[in-house]
Amino acid sequence: MKILVCISNVPDTTSKINFTDGDTKFDTNGVQFVINPNDEFGLTRAMWFKEKQGATVHIATVGGPTVEPTMRKALAIGADEAFRINTEPTDGFSVAQQLAAVVKDGGYDLVIGGRESIDYNGGMVPGILASLTNMNFINSCISLEIDGTNVTAVREIDGGKEKLSSSLPLVVGGQKGLVEESDLRIPNMRGIMMARKKALTVVEPVDATKATEDKKFDKPAPKGQVKLADSVDQLVDLLHNEAKVI
Amino acid sequence: MSVLVYTESEQGKFKKNAYEVASYAAAVAKMMDTTVTAIAFNSSENESLGDYGVSKVINVKDDALTTFNAGSYASSIAEAVKSTDAKVVILSSSTDTKYLAPLLSAKLSAGYAPNVVQAPDSTSPFTVKRTAFSNKGFAHTQIDTDIKIVGVSNNAFGAHENKTAISVEEIGATSDTATNDTKSVEIDKVVGKATIADADIVVSAGRGMKGPENWGMIEELADVLGAATACSKPVSDLGWRPHGEHVGQTGKPVASNLYIAIGISGAIQHLAGVSASKTKVVINNDPEAPFFKAADYGIVGDAFEVVPQLIEKLKDFKAQNG
Repeated sequence: MKILVCISNVPDTTSKINFTDGDTKFDTNGVQFVINPNDEFGLTRAMWFKEKQGATVHIATVGGPTVEPTMRKALAIGADEAFRINTEPTDGFSVAQQLAAVVKDGGYDLVIGGRESIDYNGGMVPGILASLTNMNFINSCISLEIDGTNVTAVREIDGGKEKLSSSLPLVVGGQKGLVEESDLRIPNMRGIMMARKKALTVVEPVDATKATEDKKFDKPAPKGQVKLADSVDQLVDLLHNEAKVI
Repeated sequence: MSVLVYTESEQGKFKKNAYEVASYAAAVAKMMDTTVTAIAFNSSENESLGDYGVSKVINVKDDALTTFNAGSYASSIAEAVKSTDAKVVILSSSTDTKYLAPLLSAKLSAGYAPNVVQAPDSTSPFTVKRTAFSNKGFAHTQIDTDIKIVGVSNNAFGAHENKTAISVEEIGATSDTATNDTKSVEIDKVVGKATIADADIVVSAGRGMKGPENWGMIEELADVLGAATACSKPVSDLGWRPHGEHVGQTGKPVASNLYIAIGISGAIQHLAGVSASKTKVVINNDPEAPFFKAADYGIVGDAFEVVPQLIEKLKDFKAQNG
């Protein structure tokens, strides 16, 4: 089984978010970048398929040379080979087209991406990619088992979960649950050394059309001072008469 | 040309968000001087959409579509977009709809902007305000394609009554030409209880509860309020509560009217995930807990004393106020 894990390079979850150039760009100054958490759950599940079922695991990222440290980390976690599509990601629609070209060339059985990236929150790349490559698609996937070409998966639904059957080739939008938080791997020294020698191939982008453009950003309005209640009586009174939420 | 809205139903009845997305579609249609057509699947109360500005419902009646299937639903919605010559498609932010939205985007070569929080900034160019950076910011996103898809955030726009004469057309499903071997095997869902996605009130608890055995009072408080229960990331990582309850940046977003956080200190990732809630209440014994800076109301006190008192007080309150 040949697996491609699509990895987005995103600001660390603890990052404070600021904008620059007249609020038209995300300010990367002082921000540490990491593997998108939803992608990392997928990558870790892919490592399980590699170790238990002999799968080959490749990764792909759309971005300029600055994304390579994040890609090397994915290689240090255990991916075999990496492809960097050499163009700045603009919107999910065009990123999916770039990844589709890699998927078609590579003949992958399983493609795992994150349910959404934690920066632009588009949540569309895996689904559009599945359509463009005519593969099955399961989103918000929290459990994935593969036997031959048969797939058994569980996806999250509002208020519960749904068990699904499907077949390879398949694209998955992954998230926490694919593996547990405690299963995530911190690369060790040997992994980091080996990752330096693994192939990281730079692929030139295909012609892609973008569909959306973020023209301007703003930050949420600052929060007013919290009102501390001295008793539950006062709290219930405030929630009823002032906030009018109960 | 019209605005098409996908109104979700469950066992024939519209979900709460159906009226919210219908209201949003009506607002967009007004800006564009056109009308709203809704598409629904096996719905039995189509006329009710007329109260929220919808003038026509296309109800896809097909036993094969009783259970949600992203590919099949996307095919029928795409067909309705073509038959009504819709240029704008309005969707909700439910898990099911976020599953089909990218498939629809690809089928229609239509740009998709999810998590939209208010009526469009403008319709020409078509620009919407949406949350980004996991609620730490907003993006004003311009959709440049001929057909535009807008995903409306839960509980952001609200349902607005707007009586409109309505007609209903029943059609069969459109067959899906894309690869789609994915089938539902089993659905495991809590019935008759509010979910984090659509609850008006969410009661959430963190490590301050000391152990899973102490969740009885959290569930009781949620019951009294008719609320959904949620938890912080450490609590779900420790296995005290199921993953489905984890709210925050890598868990579920919360956009309820009232969010009550008990024994949650308020890590930046958690605050981001719940920031769309309208009123936030914090109960924590540490007055320095960061959550107090992001909350509207708070009580500094031991959850094990405050929560039982709050349950009793709310029971009395409910008895008096019906």
